[in-house]
Amino acid sequence: MSAGGRNTELVAEPPGSAVGNQRLKIVFVGHVDHGKSTLIGRLLHDTNSLPEGKLAQVEQACAAEGMEFEFAFLLDALLEEQEQNITIDTTQIPFRTQRRDYVIIDAPGHKEFLKNMITGAASADAAVLVIAANEGVLEQTRRHAYLLSLFGIQQFCVVVNKMDLVDFSQDRFRTIEAEYRKFLKTLGLKPRLFVPVSARLGENILNLSEKMAWHSGATFVQSLDQFEPPAPPTRLPLRFCVQDVYKFDARRIIAGRVETGTLEVGDEVVFSPANKTSIVNSIERWKADGGDLAIAGDSIGITLREQIFVERGYVGSHQKDAPIETNRFHADLFWIARQPARLSHLYTARLATQEVKCQIASIEEIMNSATLERTSGTAVELARNEVGRVTIHARAPVVLDNHDRVPNLGRFVLVDEGTIVAGGVVHGGVYTDRATVKSKNIFWSEGKISARARATQHGHRGAVVWLTGLSGAGKSTIAQALERELFQRAMHPYVLDGDNIRHGLNSNLGFAPQDRIENIRRVSEVAKLMADAGNVVITAFISPYRLDRQRARTIALQGNAEFIEVFVAAPLQVCEERDPKNLYKKARAGQIREFTGIDAPYEAPADPEIVVHTDRQSVAESVAAILEQLLPRLKAEPLVND
Amino acid sequence: MTPFRSHLDHLENQSVFIFREAYHAFKNIAMPWSMGKDSNVLIWLASKAFFGKVPFPVLHIDTTYEFPEMLEFREWATAHYKLNLVVKINEEARARGIGYETHDPVTVTHELKTVALQRAIAEFQWDALITGIRRDEDPTRAKERYFSPRNAQFEWDYKDQPPEFWGQFATTSQKGEHVRVQPLLDWTEVDIWRYIQREDIPIPKMYFARNGKRYRSLGCSPITKPILSNAATIDDIIAELETTRTSERAGRAQDHHERNAMQKLRAKGFL
Repeated sequence: MSAGGRNTELVAEPPGSAVGNQRLKIVFVGHVDHGKSTLIGRLLHDTNSLPEGKLAQVEQACAAEGMEFEFAFLLDALLEEQEQNITIDTTQIPFRTQRRDYVIIDAPGHKEFLKNMITGAASADAAVLVIAANEGVLEQTRRHAYLLSLFGIQQFCVVVNKMDLVDFSQDRFRTIEAEYRKFLKTLGLKPRLFVPVSARLGENILNLSEKMAWHSGATFVQSLDQFEPPAPPTRLPLRFCVQDVYKFDARRIIAGRVETGTLEVGDEVVFSPANKTSIVNSIERWKADGGDLAIAGDSIGITLREQIFVERGYVGSHQKDAPIETNRFHADLFWIARQPARLSHLYTARLATQEVKCQIASIEEIMNSATLERTSGTAVELARNEVGRVTIHARAPVVLDNHDRVPNLGRFVLVDEGTIVAGGVVHGGVYTDRATVKSKNIFWSEGKISARARATQHGHRGAVVWLTGLSGAGKSTIAQALERELFQRAMHPYVLDGDNIRHGLNSNLGFAPQDRIENIRRVSEVAKLMADAGNVVITAFISPYRLDRQRARTIALQGNAEFIEVFVAAPLQVCEERDPKNLYKKARAGQIREFTGIDAPYEAPADPEIVVHTDRQSVAESVAAILEQLLPRLKAEPLVND
Repeated sequence: MTPFRSHLDHLENQSVFIFREAYHAFKNIAMPWSMGKDSNVLIWLASKAFFGKVPFPVLHIDTTYEFPEMLEFREWATAHYKLNLVVKINEEARARGIGYETHDPVTVTHELKTVALQRAIAEFQWDALITGIRRDEDPTRAKERYFSPRNAQFEWDYKDQPPEFWGQFATTSQKGEHVRVQPLLDWTEVDIWRYIQREDIPIPKMYFARNGKRYRSLGCSPITKPILSNAATIDDIIAELETTRTSERAGRAQDHHERNAMQKLRAKGFL
C-alpha cells in the first residue's frame, strides 16, 4: 500500500501543525466510476488523516467478505452506500497537509443527484475534477464543470486518474488535457493545474511518480496546496441582509449578516425595498469587542439613529452602490425537483432573507449542460437537471444584484410546498441611480390604510398598465377599450391620456428631450399615486425610451404598485398608413421635428410583460390578450397554490 | 484596514446566522441541553445571536442516571443565563424497571432519552429542536444538514434529504414532524475547546483531569467511562486532542454495544 516516490521528504505531518486556520473546502466531482472515492480514500491514507484503526477495520471487513480491499471503501461510512456501490449524498471529510486544513466535499457522480451536488458544491472554495484516463472526458465531466461555473466556483484542478490503466502514457494525458481545456475555455474557466495520477497505486498523490517522470508539474497534494484561501468579500458593495428585528430589551436591534462589503457606525444606510435612509448608531454584539466596524461575513445587530420601518428581507446598502429593485428579472435556473418547472405555477423565491411569491414568466432557452447546446424557443417546462434561461415575475419588488457583480445577492432558490426545487443566478439587471429617482429626504409614506385593505375593498389590486408603441399603433384605442372592459367588471380603471396631461399638469412642458423626460416622469408619479389609491391606471404614451419606462417601473414599484408593460406593436409602415392625426405627414413634410419613428428613435421593449400586434390582431383580440394576463395579477388576495 | 477574522469567528458567525434563521422560521422551538461542553457552547451562541437572551425553552432529558456534578451545574447555569428550563423524565419506563442495571445500553438510551424526547415534543408541540450535533463526532453525522427534517416517527431519511445551499434551509414541517437545527455541524471537537477557551464559557469540571482521569464526553453515569489523562486545563486538553486519534465517543458504551449501534439509535430519533 505504500507508494514509491522520488520526493520522500514530503511526508504529511500528524495533525497538529496547521491549527487555527480556516479550512479550505474542496469539492470532488467527476463522472461516475472515474475514481473520486478512491482518490479521496488514497488522499486520506497518504496524508495520515484516517482515524486510528480505520484502515485495519476496512481491511478486515473486506477479508471477512472475501473482497479485495479498495481505497474507496474508506469513505463508505454508511452501510447502504456499500450495498449500492454509489455515493449517495454529500459527505464532508477533514484532512490536513503540511500547509493547511481541508474539508473534502464528496459530491456524487450519479447524474440524478444534482441536489446533493449543489448542497456540497455551493459552499466549496475550490473544485477537483476527476477524469479517468482510460475513458476520458464524458458527459458528467462536462456537466459538472458547467454546474460548478454556474455555482460560482472559480478555482479548479483537474486530476486525470487511473493512469495505470493507460500505461502511464503521456500522450493519453496530453490528449485529455487538450480536449478538456478547450471545453473549460467555453465556460470561461481556467483550470489551475492538470495532474496525472493513479489513486489506486498512489502515484503522484503525495510524492512525484517515478512512473510518470515526464510530468514535471505538481503532485496532487501540491496542487491542492496552491489553491487560494477564501477571503471575505469586503471590497464589494455593502449588502446587509436583515434577518429580524429584536426588542428583547429597551434596544431595537436590527439583526442580520453583512453579506458583502463593510458597515461602520455613522454610515448612512439606505434600506431597500422601502428606500428609506438612516444612520447607523451602533453595531451590537454580545460579549465581544468588535468595534465600530463590521465586515463581510459578520453576523451582527445594528441600531439606527432615526427609527425607520425595517423588517426581515430588507437589504441595507450605501446610497451610491444600491442594489436593483425589481419585480421582473432574468436568471439561469437549474432545476432539481422531480416535478418539472411550470410556467403557470406559483413558487416562492428566496433571495438572501427575502421571500416573495413568483412565477416563471417565460423560459427563453434550455441549456444541455453536457454539450452546452442551447435550445431557444418557447419552452413551457424545465425538467429535472436542466438549466434554463428564464424570466421571473415576482409579486412584489425583489432586491437583488447581478450575480457577476454581487454573488450573494445574485442567487436565489425557488421553493414549492416547502421544498427547494431550483437554484438560480441573476443576470442582466439594470442598475438605476436611486438619488435621481427620488430626493433622499422624501420617504414613501404608506398611509394609514394598507394597500391590502384597499385591494380587499375594491376587489382588486392597484396597478399601472403602461402601453408603449409608435404613434398610430393603437395605444389610445386599446387603452379605452381596456378601460371599458375593466369598468364593466366593477373594477376601478382610469386612462391617463397624453393630451389631457399636457393640457393641465404638464402645460409648462414642451417637446424638447428634457421636457419629454420630465413629462414621462410626472406621468409615472401620477400613475403611482393613483395605483396606490387602488386604481388600475392605464397610460397611453409613445414613451420611446427604455430608460424612461424603466424609471416608470421603478417609481411604480416604490409605491408598491404592480407595473405591467404592454408593447402595442405595429410596423412603422402600418402606423404611417393609419396616421389618424396626420402627424406622420407633417413629420415627413418637415413640419414636426424629432417625431418618433421618422427622425427620432423608438426603443422597443426588450421584455415587456405583454405584447399585442395590432397589425394582425383586432382591438377586441388585443384587449382579450391583455385581460388574460392582467386579471390574474389584479386579484385582491395573493393566489396561493402551495 | 480590514480586520482579520479567524476560523472561530467564521464558525461563530455561521452558527449565529443559523440560530436566527431557525428562530424566525419556527414558531415553537426548543433546545435540548445536556450540560455537556457542546450544549454550553450552544447556550453561549444563542446568547450571541439574541444579544444576551435565550428566547426559547431549554430542555433537559433527565435519565435519572445523571452525574451529581452535572445536576449542580444545571441549577447554577439556569440561574446564570436566566434560562427557561424544562426537565423531563420517562417515569413510565423507570416504573417498568428499564435501567442500566438490567437492560442493554441501546434499549435504555432509547427509552430514557429518545422516548422521553418524543413525548416532550408531542406535549409542547415543538416544530424545531436546536441540537449540538457535529459532523466530526461520528461517521453517521457527516451527512447531516444544518436543517434536518425528522418525520412523525422521528426517522431521519438520510437517502432523500432536502437540498441546502446559499444559506437557504428547509424551514417547513408538517404537523407531527419537526426539524433538527444543527448550528455546530461544521465545528470540530478542538474548535469547541478553543472557543470555550477564547470566550471563557462555563463548563462542568468533570472534563478536567482528576487523579489521572477525565471525561472527554459526558452521558449517563453507569455507561460513561473517563479516559486516562492528566489534562487539567483547556490548554492541556487541546494539546491532548492534537495528538490523539481515538474517537471522542469511545467512552460512550451505547455506541459500541453492537455493530452500527449509532446508526440504529439515530435512525430511531436519537440526537
